[in-house]
Amino acid sequence: MQKIQIIIIFINSLLLFYIARLIIKGKLREEYIIAWIVCTVLLMVFSFWRNGLEVLAKAFGIFEAPNLVFISFIFIILIYLLHLSIVNTKLQKDITKLTQEIALMKQNLKKDEANDAA
Amino acid sequence: MPIKVLIIIPCFNEEESIVSLLSELLTINFSNKYWIKIAVVNDGSQDKTVEVISQFNVIILDLIVNIGIGGAVQTGFKYAFENDFEIAIQVDGDGQHPPLEILKMLKAFEENPSNIIIGSRFIAKQGFQSSTLRRIGIFYLHFLNKILTQKNIYDSTSGFRLFDKKTIALAAQYYPDEYPEPESLVIFAKAGFSISEIPVMMKPRQAGQSSIRYFSQVYYIIKVTIAMFFSYIRKVN
Repeated sequence: MQKIQIIIIFINSLLLFYIARLIIKGKLREEYIIAWIVCTVLLMVFSFWRNGLEVLAKAFGIFEAPNLVFISFIFIILIYLLHLSIVNTKLQKDITKLTQEIALMKQNLKKDEANDAA
Repeated sequence: MPIKVLIIIPCFNEEESIVSLLSELLTINFSNKYWIKIAVVNDGSQDKTVEVISQFNVIILDLIVNIGIGGAVQTGFKYAFENDFEIAIQVDGDGQHPPLEILKMLKAFEENPSNIIIGSRFIAKQGFQSSTLRRIGIFYLHFLNKILTQKNIYDSTSGFRLFDKKTIALAAQYYPDEYPEPESLVIFAKAGFSISEIPVMMKPRQAGQSSIRYFSQVYYIIKVTIAMFFSYIRKVN
């Protein structure tokens, strides 16, 4: 085992531990847990199995193994960004609805108060 | 029984122009046929808009955060819908739409009731006509509207509009949030509503800034094109 492997495995374990803590404390929504666990597990697998990358790259017909890493990560990140845009859109819609509802309720309240006073 | 009419005025940081608009509006003699209420929607203004409008006898719909012109106007439609108003008239808070023109809109509705009546700058070439760049944009939108709504709408960006009861019900549910005017027309046309236009006079804005500023005009055209196209495809149920 090489020095870099040990460092990576150590950092990865920390990350895994931190994610586990976030999940236990309920600070991470369930839908994100799977993505994060898969990511850390993949990192872990490749830090133990050093040749794995070469093998996979060859299987996909990619000459330089690191390119496989770039391609797959860029793809994953793009998908994730799309997911975040969807979440963002939903949140914005919800905020609009809530804000409108509050304004209407405030107005109703004022009307009731005026009626009570009269 | 008089017809219930709600005048919806969305405003964002309009403390300067809203006063003259409201005081002018409150002095207008509407005929007895109408029971007029004014609803000012404050879209999370950072200036003293709320304090200024509280001095007037109007309904205040105070949005605690800024949600954009579309969401603000929709709040007015929701209010109109919940309180059974027959007619809603949208008037911009920046003083571009002279309040007296509201009478013209109501008269047009009496004579020839369509679901939506747009107060248009371009039918009779009078008053404020805005810059060349804007006019090119508006010409393009006319063309786009013709394709997507099969209707001749000259001033699809006009924020001076009258809605009948059916339109209020739909707009309370579906209304675009950013640059809503042209896009909402596609939604209304798809729902089979009739849209007509009458000439009105408009003034250049008195104070404050347009929601469509110089740099974002290209963005505006692109956004509106995409939004109109997808509204055209989207199912409305």
